[in-house]
Amino acid sequence: MVSVCFYFQVHQPYRVRKYSVFEIGEANDYFSDKSESNLNNKKIIEKVSEKCYLPTNNVMLELIKKHPEFKISYSLSGTLMEQLEEFSPKTLSSFQELADTGKVEFLSETYHHSLAFLFSKPEFRGQVILHKKKIQELFNQTPKVFRNTELIFNNELAKEVADMGYLGTLLEGADHVLGWRSPNFVYNSVMNNNLKLLLKNYRLSDDIAFRFSERSWQDWPLTAPKFANWINAINGDGNTVNLFMDYETFGEHQWESTGIFDFLRHLPGELLKHPDNDFKTPSEVMKSYPSVGDIDVHNFLSWADVERDLSAWLGNPMQESAISTLYHLRDDILKTGDKELIALWRKLQTSDHFYYMCTKWFADGDVHKYFNPYESPYEAFISFMNVIHDLRIRINELKKLKTTNGQNIYKL
Amino acid sequence: MKVLMFGWEFPPYNSGGLGTACQGLTKALSAKGAQITFVLPKKVDLNLDYLKLVFGDKNSSVYVVNSLLKAYLNHETYYQEFSINPHPTNYGLSLMEEVERYGRIAEEIARQEEFDVIHAHDWLTFKAGIAAKKVSGKKLVVHVHATEFDRTGGQGNNQLVYDIERQGMHEADMIIAVSNFTKNKIVEHYGVSPAKIRVVHNSVDFENYELSKIPKLREHNKIVLYLGRLTIQKGPDYFIYAAKKVLEKYKNVIFVVAGSGDMEKFLINKTAELGISDHVLFTGFLRGEDLFKAYKMADLYVMPSVSEPFGITPLESMMTGTPTIISKQSGVSEILTHCLKVDFWDVNEMSNKIICALKYKELHETLKENGFKEVQKIKWENSADKTLGVYNELLGVK
Repeated sequence: MVSVCFYFQVHQPYRVRKYSVFEIGEANDYFSDKSESNLNNKKIIEKVSEKCYLPTNNVMLELIKKHPEFKISYSLSGTLMEQLEEFSPKTLSSFQELADTGKVEFLSETYHHSLAFLFSKPEFRGQVILHKKKIQELFNQTPKVFRNTELIFNNELAKEVADMGYLGTLLEGADHVLGWRSPNFVYNSVMNNNLKLLLKNYRLSDDIAFRFSERSWQDWPLTAPKFANWINAINGDGNTVNLFMDYETFGEHQWESTGIFDFLRHLPGELLKHPDNDFKTPSEVMKSYPSVGDIDVHNFLSWADVERDLSAWLGNPMQESAISTLYHLRDDILKTGDKELIALWRKLQTSDHFYYMCTKWFADGDVHKYFNPYESPYEAFISFMNVIHDLRIRINELKKLKTTNGQNIYKL
Repeated sequence: MKVLMFGWEFPPYNSGGLGTACQGLTKALSAKGAQITFVLPKKVDLNLDYLKLVFGDKNSSVYVVNSLLKAYLNHETYYQEFSINPHPTNYGLSLMEEVERYGRIAEEIARQEEFDVIHAHDWLTFKAGIAAKKVSGKKLVVHVHATEFDRTGGQGNNQLVYDIERQGMHEADMIIAVSNFTKNKIVEHYGVSPAKIRVVHNSVDFENYELSKIPKLREHNKIVLYLGRLTIQKGPDYFIYAAKKVLEKYKNVIFVVAGSGDMEKFLINKTAELGISDHVLFTGFLRGEDLFKAYKMADLYVMPSVSEPFGITPLESMMTGTPTIISKQSGVSEILTHCLKVDFWDVNEMSNKIICALKYKELHETLKENGFKEVQKIKWENSADKTLGVYNELLGVK
């Protein structure tokens, strides 16, 4: 028996607008770009909804109707859900419609798609709880499986996730972690026998997410029967094929003209032609199959770049400085008790802000540049740091206010 | 490959980037085995039309044509040169006459020399290049380092200069432009087909000097440098306006203006008028070691050019480890990623970036490290390869 386990990451950050040093202390809207550029959050949400979310959700709904066996899972970041509420309510309803079918599992993550686990455990836990509440409120289900931002994982994270009561978590099926072992089984963390781990089959996942339209790839064009054959070949030698990818693969990274939607439309039918294939959500996989062994990860692992480490977010002095300055504000900002200010500060924690500052591959014009709405990593850093300085001034002003009023509010 | 090359100036007798570029390219070409006969104008106090010199390496030779022509001349400055010259016998009465005379001497040299291809740098030498082509029947490459549209900022173009540029471009068999920025200008303003133009970016040849001690000026101040001719094309006025805006927020910044030119007086007056004279230093023209020192002592280099066909100075600055802010209206911005870029007219953004580059030390550090790495990869060797490619294409060599 092979269970195909789909998990799609659905996330959009609140991009910081171009914010000049002369605006510090003067302007406190940080995410309100109205230009034609890719810093305009409303414009991006509308565009991605039209090109990807709405058409892909429609295909998923069709498939669920057509094949009662078909199941999928999503992780929607809080910053995405909020922006859908504001800029594209119909997209949000279509996700809700999917939730109502009972065939869709929603996973837990940090509300702000943040790197909080690396910098502040209490902040991390707080954001996971915030996210869980949002999922309950919008989709009427309680997540049982956790996935960390960009699949960042190590033993310490596994322990934390187990302590929070989750069934398991997801991680990259990196070669250096698995060694000779296959990603197509369920594992458990070396820290806790009961915490189940699902590892991304990066070859098959990337065949869809990255190589689908790559004409120089020997297996191009990828068709549903071809892909189904590769999955069938795992039968007898694995329990689960974990296909994890960004939801924007459909229609945004791979344009409609590449045939990605037709591929998706036909894939479940092709897979179901084999009597031993089925579909399971992450929690079902974790419950259905026993762990075949321990996974032991000391250094942080992620699904980004060839390095599969943290260097995409924390690889240069600008990134280090921006993120540590941000987290240093935590105590002070929570003490203000100002909900609006705390929300702004949390939106600045989204990992994308630091990804935009990455200079690692900048000159090579690869994916970092493709996904960067700023002219350069330096521009990203400048606007971000100026905003942080403005935020600091606002904290100090509130502090002064507090002391004159003689109040002292501590709130989380 | 034997090349007859017409240039304007050569370091150390240069007044701008053209000389630096000619030298860098010529050195790299000879290193690759090209034999270059370099012809350049220079005033010689002897009663002869030209003299032939043997260069440092045996491959190449230099003809010095006794002439008043030099880089960045215009009609007025030519006339000044002409009036103060004690031996005015041979020289043309006006700049244009002198350009024609230079062309006739070129013709003579072309008759004597053996070469496969002619290469002429910028408008002053185009007449010479055309003359050499006529007597030899060899192919002509004109190399465009700047156009009249760059020099005047698009205002008050000299028709005679434009005509010579246009004639040179049309009579040339191939045009080398120093950037796509320049290529576009040639296509747009001179009616040349893009198919005839090849882009060869300039490079940098720069040794890194260590400063023996940190200058006193830097102990309590940040230093922002402008280095270039003080002329409309280079946008020094935008530098001064940005300085004013920065100083409104931060007092401990010194702005150094290095260079000379027709806008010097205007700039000094403007600085006084804006009340920032005590924060702006004018150094005059710098060369040699002083140039390195200027880059090295600065925390930041700004090139605010209005229209910069290429712009070698940011490369020099990055080579010494000083981060740069460059105008987007420049050729060099096509090949640089690890620097900050602004539209020259956007004084607010220029001052925003100046402040941020000084204020956020991690930004400064990342720009410095990555910029240094990036500029190491920009070599004259690559420019020479592309130039040889142009010659071979013309001569049908595979």
